Amino acid sequence: MDNGCFSSPRHDAFPAGLRVLVVDDDPTWLRILEKMLKKCLYEVTTCCLATEALKKLRERKDAYDIVISDVNMPDMDGFKLLEQVGLEMDLPVIMMSVDGETSRVMKGVQHGACDYLLKPIRMKELRNIWQHVFRKRMHEARDYESHEGFETLHLIMNGSDQSDDGNLFAVEEITSMKKRKDADNKHDDKELGDHSPTKKARVVWSVDLHQKFVKAVNQIGFDKVGPKKILDLMSVPWLTRENVASHLQKYRLYLSRLQKENEQKSSSSGIKHSDSPSKDTGSFSFLNTANNKQQNDVAIDSFSYSDGTSLLQMDGPSHESDLKGIVSEPTTEKRRTSTSDISDPKIPKSSQMTLNEPFASLESSEASHAVFDCTIPRQYSWSEFPKGPLKEEQKTIVQLEDSFSQLPLHGTQHHIQVDQSQSIASINSNPSITEKEVAPSIDTKPLYAGYKSDYMSPVSSIGSAVDTFPKQSKSVIVNDQSSQPIFTSNVSLKTQGFNVDCISDLDFYQMNLLMGGEAAASSPLEEDLNHFLLQSEWYNMNFGLQHIDMSEYYDPRFIAEAPSYFYDSADYSSVDQSLFIA
Amino acid sequence: MDKIHSHRQVAAIKHSLFDQGYLDEQFIQLEELQDDANPNFVEEIVTLYYRDSSRLISNLDHTLERNPLDFNKLDTLMHQFKGSSSSIGAKRVKAECTLFREYCRARNGEGCRRSFQQMKKEYATLRKKLETYFQLARQAGPLETAYRPK
Repeated sequence: MDNGCFSSPRHDAFPAGLRVLVVDDDPTWLRILEKMLKKCLYEVTTCCLATEALKKLRERKDAYDIVISDVNMPDMDGFKLLEQVGLEMDLPVIMMSVDGETSRVMKGVQHGACDYLLKPIRMKELRNIWQHVFRKRMHEARDYESHEGFETLHLIMNGSDQSDDGNLFAVEEITSMKKRKDADNKHDDKELGDHSPTKKARVVWSVDLHQKFVKAVNQIGFDKVGPKKILDLMSVPWLTRENVASHLQKYRLYLSRLQKENEQKSSSSGIKHSDSPSKDTGSFSFLNTANNKQQNDVAIDSFSYSDGTSLLQMDGPSHESDLKGIVSEPTTEKRRTSTSDISDPKIPKSSQMTLNEPFASLESSEASHAVFDCTIPRQYSWSEFPKGPLKEEQKTIVQLEDSFSQLPLHGTQHHIQVDQSQSIASINSNPSITEKEVAPSIDTKPLYAGYKSDYMSPVSSIGSAVDTFPKQSKSVIVNDQSSQPIFTSNVSLKTQGFNVDCISDLDFYQMNLLMGGEAAASSPLEEDLNHFLLQSEWYNMNFGLQHIDMSEYYDPRFIAEAPSYFYDSADYSSVDQSLFIA
Repeated sequence: MDKIHSHRQVAAIKHSLFDQGYLDEQFIQLEELQDDANPNFVEEIVTLYYRDSSRLISNLDHTLERNPLDFNKLDTLMHQFKGSSSSIGAKRVKAECTLFREYCRARNGEGCRRSFQQMKKEYATLRKKLETYFQLARQAGPLETAYRPK
């Protein structure tokens, strides 16, 4: 994709050029679908295995607009794939089958399919699949707009014909504009350009917001819960019922998965931070390991991105495959968060999910993971998390559930490594951002990892923390896109003095995370920062602030981009992740 | 004259395939997909189908020989076969697949075997007819036939 080119040709000709990924083990159908889709002027990629498809999706998160998959496949159940894609990449998924039984169709819808097609599939059915992509964008834009107060967007959306291409453009333009406004960096462009069709503003479930959500849910009683009730209790003016409904859905899925895992696992996969990176598979745990406290200092430094990709490594518990992102330490976290509590004021428009507490309930195994200390909402939309050495050092940032399994969790090093070139933890600040600028802007943004539902997203805005630390002087990370973002220096979050002021109002939560944790922990944010190991699986940790769509970013610089990202977080599907705070 | 005659023959075969229920709408869809970029698209798809379905039939054969019968596996295999057959619009074959699956669900081994034999017959007939059809179509040359069965 052309970075920095907001309106790519594909984009202009929408729906032509829609990038479709087709997954079907039947070679005959695969060929037929490919031909049909090409006739619709879509860009088609085919896969005959679900695992292969997931791999492709993870490689480049923003490489596809929509996925079409068969229900019955030899290597993985189609519904499971559906769920994974929805959580990790937040792409619309269409299911197909020769079997049209109501129960199957229902199952598809329950797992999040945006449509269910019966074989034999006709061309005309495929011609209209773009509507699912468009719809999603619209919702994201609206969400974005709603809390961004983007009036124009509303007007545009409402005024023009929805199916009009121009409308789509408008939406994207506005979001891109917003992005540009916030960050003067070319990163935006890059992101936008690359995935502009897929990135739209979304509701950012900041740690705080998520906390409110969870509180409301608990108050009502999980069984009796409903979006309307939750919305009322939360009393967040700009939040819509739809936002809550979708968040709730993800939350439920997340909880049910956790439950299953908990039953299976005796030990809490969560938070163990003990350096057991164990999960190379990506268990993402942003755990703030208590162990690592001392490393915090180091940790911050460790945010160097090796490839420029920032890995937020959270020492997550080595959970086998699921990141149990549980940030269980509610209690510990609580104190932290309360101290920092920065998030509230800062949280910019997007609703950020405060990860604190909610996660605590999850695996509390290592309670120390105060991951939530850092309630830094993280927004990562990392498409891939580098398997690199995620080190989670201190404050664990929420352990992400298994989708993040990729976090390598290396407990020891606290540095956040961003290995993957692709996943750039937003930690990097853009080069363009100067320290002062960075500070405010960065704050946290990078941390927002938008991840999908399972992740509790450690929110640690480590990235941002790093950036924001103007104090620390370090220039917030480097970010120059070419170089590897190294947070290290900047991060020196150690500063306890991380003051909030550095963080400019960005959403802070990140600050919170950073700070919050700090209060308790010796090492302030640094630790938190370290925790954010982002595993490749994680990809979308969008938490709160700008959704750093990691997928898009491959450069660390992304982080610096700061605020704009967060808001834009195109892929905020991660909200789900945050939802999972039990 | 010969050319026209050949084309008429081709059209007649196609017509009968539809009339007798061997093929359905899907086959027409495939023909509509055929274009300059893929001039032999339909044949290409049918060939893919043959390959895949042969493999599935052989699997089904083996599975039916077992004792006791693994109905779940049979059902799964037949489901795949049905999906595959739907790709070219093999109507009769698909109908037999559905019947077979019902027997599977009822755990009726005898019914399964009978249905499977019937399905194989339909499959063989269809295959033969299609081969003739394509052969003639190739011989007749690339005359655009606007014929479309109802």
